[in-house]
Amino acid sequence: MEQFGFVSARSEAQAAEAAARSATAQIGASVRYVAGGTNLVDLMKLDVERPKQVVDINALEMSRIEPMNGGLRIGALARNSDVANDATVKRDYAVLSQAILSGASPQIRNMASTAGNLLQRTRCPYFRDLAQKCNKREPGSGCDAMEGHNRMLAILGTSEHCIATNPSDQNVALMALDAVVEIRGKSGNRNVPIAEFYNLPGTTPHIETVLEPGDLITAVRLPAPVEGAKTGYLKLRDRAAYEFAVASAAIVLSMSGGRVTHARVALGGVGTVPWRAREAEAVLVGQPATREQFVRAAEAALKDAKPRSENGFKVELAKRCMVHALTTVSAA
Amino acid sequence: MAKVTEENAEKSPDVESQEKETRFSRRAFLSGLGATGMAATAQPLMAAVAEPPARQAGEAAEAGTVSLVLRVNGVERRLQVEPRVALLDCLRENLNLPGTKKGCDHGQCGACTVHVNGRRVLSCMSFAVMHANAEITTIEGLGSPEKMHPMQASFVEHDAYQCGYCTSGQIMSAVAMLKENVGPTDDDVRHAMYGNICRCGAYPNIVAAVQQVRRLS
Repeated sequence: MEQFGFVSARSEAQAAEAAARSATAQIGASVRYVAGGTNLVDLMKLDVERPKQVVDINALEMSRIEPMNGGLRIGALARNSDVANDATVKRDYAVLSQAILSGASPQIRNMASTAGNLLQRTRCPYFRDLAQKCNKREPGSGCDAMEGHNRMLAILGTSEHCIATNPSDQNVALMALDAVVEIRGKSGNRNVPIAEFYNLPGTTPHIETVLEPGDLITAVRLPAPVEGAKTGYLKLRDRAAYEFAVASAAIVLSMSGGRVTHARVALGGVGTVPWRAREAEAVLVGQPATREQFVRAAEAALKDAKPRSENGFKVELAKRCMVHALTTVSAA
Repeated sequence: MAKVTEENAEKSPDVESQEKETRFSRRAFLSGLGATGMAATAQPLMAAVAEPPARQAGEAAEAGTVSLVLRVNGVERRLQVEPRVALLDCLRENLNLPGTKKGCDHGQCGACTVHVNGRRVLSCMSFAVMHANAEITTIEGLGSPEKMHPMQASFVEHDAYQCGYCTSGQIMSAVAMLKENVGPTDDDVRHAMYGNICRCGAYPNIVAAVQQVRRLS
């Protein structure tokens, strides 16, 4: 690991000021915030991340989980285990609790922060290995994943430059919950709906989010729970625990008289970003909550899937995952 | 040429006494290596080996290091350390607490589990400098061979290990788990302990050891 300067920020302003000195907040940033460290320290050990300055933000008062406008404001530093076990989250946003608890390990969840998880980097093996070509890590260098070991990689939102999967479970649930990312920026605060927070790889896979130098995520806001909504998270993976999803689905569903009145469907493990399946939602809303309709929704969600040499199985698996999750949640 | 077999390859008394003199324990060997061999190869990472001497006023700190006070097992430890030293390496190399093990070093095995402010965490995944003011507990702070923590005693009683490398992490994880909301069944324990990998596969005995402590506490 390369040497770096370390500072423990005493205020949000001090942290943001330090981060603003970086030319980018994206891949290759020379200044990085550290909260839990579970992702950053790992990548620094691999030399994938080589910040010159690390800003410890753990002393900042950003870990509260509190009611806000009928919804919930989750501080950026709230640990994954605290969010997953929060009584309100479990009652009103169960899908978020389930998603978080399906990922990592108890030790990691005790460390990992809400905002850190938002920015969790891909597990693409070519991104994590300096000897491989990776457009995300080193723009313009090529992508060895295209014809390589791409079994775990994305089939939705891909480009010819990048097929890296967003690995987070939390973020899939946040998509289904219409979460909003609260950002303290150089020129004031802004609230970015999570559906607009992530960038598709396109020709610039190294620019993953809308974050700019000096931005500091201060919280994630959840809107008031949808009246009568049922929620759930289903994660399919190669082993029963401590593994990333090959496919997952987060569901928020309201029904009236057997018909769907509100639907949010998001997929994990298959997208280059936490994947909001709007096509599936459009198929569901106003229609009967039947298995046939769920299958139609899943077909719509995956119609643009672009599998590579090893991940063709994910197309069918993601559909079945979504259908099973919708069936379970609607029957709950 | 005389054929050397096990029977006729008797050692001369000279060789034997030499061997006795140079025989040392694995731990003593590693500690010695820490002070000399490893320091020679990994000097930049290890600003202090074992207990660093107290710095005199005006004495220059080693380049790139920062002053840090860590509270480990109830004792304040002052040290000079580079920011890039993981808590795990700091405990093992700087503070001479080798009970915490380095397995994968990437958050995938749980061998390095310690408690920070009473919660189980992976010591390989954060920098030591992030833990000033925190209360850190390692396996050395849990109990001693003479006075074991009930979880340690239960692991011994149930033979809950083979090679023993993952054991301190398993025990630290299990002790923290006692305070968490975990269901009563063996499956609940397996699920709560999945962040600790045992390559020997001593899981049935680990679960039995943990369950006994839960029944008795």
